[in-house]
Amino acid sequence: MLTKKVKNRMFFLGLFLTILIIAVFLILKTLNNNLLYFKTPTDVKENKELSVKRVMRLGGMVKKNSIQTSEKEIKFVVTDFKNEIFVTYSGSVPNLFLEGKGVIVEGKLNDKRYFIASRILAKHDENYMPPELKKALDKNVK
Amino acid sequence: MLSNFGNSLIVVNILITLSIIYSVVFCISNEKQTIPKKIWNFSLYQSTISITIFFTLIAGFIISDFSLVTVFQNSHTLKPLFYKISGTWGNHEGSLLLWINIMIIFSYLFLIYNKNSNKNYLFYTLVIQNILIIGFLLFLFINSNPFSLIFPTPKEGMGLNPILQDPALAIHPPLLYVGFVGSSIYFSAGTASLLSGYNGKEFAKSIKPWILVSWIFQTLGILTGSIWAYYELGWGGFWFWDPVENASLMPWFVMTALMHSVIVLEKRNTLYPWVIILCLLTFILSVTGTFLVRSGVLNSVHTFANDPSRGLYILVFLSLMVFSSLIIFFYKYQKYSYNFNANSKETFILVNNWFMAFFLVTILIGTTYPIFIEVIKKINISVGPPFYNILIIPIIIPFLIFMTFGPKAKWIKNKFSSFKSLTLLVIAATFLNILISNFFKSYSILSNIVITSSIFLILNSVLDLVKIFKKKRSFDFPRIISHLGFGFLVLFIGISHNFSIEKDFNIKIGETKLFKSYEINFESLETETRKNYKAVVGHFNIKNLSNLNEENARPEIRIYNNPETLTYEAFIKSKLTHDIYITMSNINRSEYYNIKFQKKPFMLWIWFSVLMISFGGFLRLIKNEK
Repeated sequence: MLTKKVKNRMFFLGLFLTILIIAVFLILKTLNNNLLYFKTPTDVKENKELSVKRVMRLGGMVKKNSIQTSEKEIKFVVTDFKNEIFVTYSGSVPNLFLEGKGVIVEGKLNDKRYFIASRILAKHDENYMPPELKKALDKNVK
Repeated sequence: MLSNFGNSLIVVNILITLSIIYSVVFCISNEKQTIPKKIWNFSLYQSTISITIFFTLIAGFIISDFSLVTVFQNSHTLKPLFYKISGTWGNHEGSLLLWINIMIIFSYLFLIYNKNSNKNYLFYTLVIQNILIIGFLLFLFINSNPFSLIFPTPKEGMGLNPILQDPALAIHPPLLYVGFVGSSIYFSAGTASLLSGYNGKEFAKSIKPWILVSWIFQTLGILTGSIWAYYELGWGGFWFWDPVENASLMPWFVMTALMHSVIVLEKRNTLYPWVIILCLLTFILSVTGTFLVRSGVLNSVHTFANDPSRGLYILVFLSLMVFSSLIIFFYKYQKYSYNFNANSKETFILVNNWFMAFFLVTILIGTTYPIFIEVIKKINISVGPPFYNILIIPIIIPFLIFMTFGPKAKWIKNKFSSFKSLTLLVIAATFLNILISNFFKSYSILSNIVITSSIFLILNSVLDLVKIFKKKRSFDFPRIISHLGFGFLVLFIGISHNFSIEKDFNIKIGETKLFKSYEINFESLETETRKNYKAVVGHFNIKNLSNLNEENARPEIRIYNNPETLTYEAFIKSKLTHDIYITMSNINRSEYYNIKFQKKPFMLWIWFSVLMISFGGFLRLIKNEK
């Protein structure tokens, strides 16, 4: 027969392991569903397997003279100096959203040329450029 | 001039810190059981000098001494005095100086408050704390020197980022740092306890007030940061699961876990190794958070100015700290026996720790996963906020229920007695929840369960309060206040999250927009020149068609000159029942202005709940002292 002490310990251990397994499983599964991939317009063009259903982030420069504002939405072009994608967005924009400046938009691709943004990410500093965006742009300019 | 003065004081302080380590190590081998006079003197000098260094830098900011690089980069002669001063800790170098100040002052205070406890334990704590101080002082002196000179001396500074020119953000860093850095003292004490073999109840008693102090300040620091994000970032949210915010939340979870399990160590003299692990982990996570934020490894929307060489130094320091503390831990580790009854207060406190561990692991994985993926697969990803919401919100439900039962359990062996009253409470909570969702006319199952369980906790805590006042037994009072605060926090976040009204639209001057029961009229636009910026003020009239209340809103677009930046200043009307929140932005000088209108119920109460949580901690601190 197991003593009471051993039983007690087995109870704790069993409970702990069950909870641990459930927790790890949940965390990993949710993580997988909520990853946002960062792409540049060139990535979008070259990558054939991009899903239009999945939320992603698109980064590049706002093309000069491309912003159009209307009653319902704003439209602009995101470029990485090689390829371009049209973006539509309705909502408020962060203060550093300007033509000729870097931008990261979050949303879904409609097709390879057209992106519907649900959020424009804010930045605090006009000189700041997200590392991934900087890398991608430097490559294209050279 | 200030530069030479400051630099020489830093060098003097490094020397003093070294002498403290030397003389304390000498005392440990000595069998005498008194604290030598010179340790007292050295510690006093150390604190005085470090405060003087800090004030020297503040003076540099006040008189705008632009020969100092830090002042040049973060200040401007036309900046209001208040923000000149707060600019001192609004940058990397100054905040590191503040960090060191807190470490040194805590070290001195620890010496004062523990002068009567075990001498070896006290001495080891001092040695370790001062080794940490040396590490940061060298970092300050070599890599991030606030007194570095720039030549030739510029005429004018570059100015402080306007969104940092804000009262909430002026007090946010000091509050948060007392929390972050306060944890260094129980990191040292924990290691010292392993080295000196001073463990058990007395050890628990000696670190408990420090845990409480850092926890209170960490809570307040997170609160001010959230309030700032709420009104300054212009999105109307107060928590974005951003790496910077996560970095402050992770140590908070460990502190909370530690605060609970240290009670078990104090009352039942068990869980010692676990308490030590938590002591070590808190400060390690604090430094890790700083490393992630300052080095630019993590990509955050807040983005501090960052510099990889800083990251390298902190990383080396961090690894040394982690490895040496782990080596000490395993070298000194002894087998302790645990005999818990499954139904006892000890178990419930452990359950609290499991929840905290779950929250911590979730946030840690979400925050650091992108770094690993980038290194391994070379692709850039980020983890979206839904990740945190999906994992954390459902877990809040059992957490709230355990928070209700747990504290009522008795030590050693518990029996549940009052099922009847609990069932009544559940019914009452459900009923209130139905009332709430009926009032706001919105429905989702998960949020209703969350709200019901938070009301359950609230009702239960209120009943406990009533009992206390009847019996005049006051020991549990602080706990109830904190738990009640947490119940309110979940309730009000739940309500404001589910029942806020939000509308985005583009509008021209003179136009009127209709939506739901609101009518918004964009009357006019005015330009005003203020102290260090120009403001474009929008005049809006908001009419609530259901009760015909009218409200004038004045959101602003501010144009700062130094540095030249545009900011959107939200108009917020805070009332007891709801906040009206309006931001106005303009895209590319077009005639359309983008307006974001939000009505968020009970925002004030969210801040109030957090205040209440930390007030509970404060009460416990006072009670402990008596």
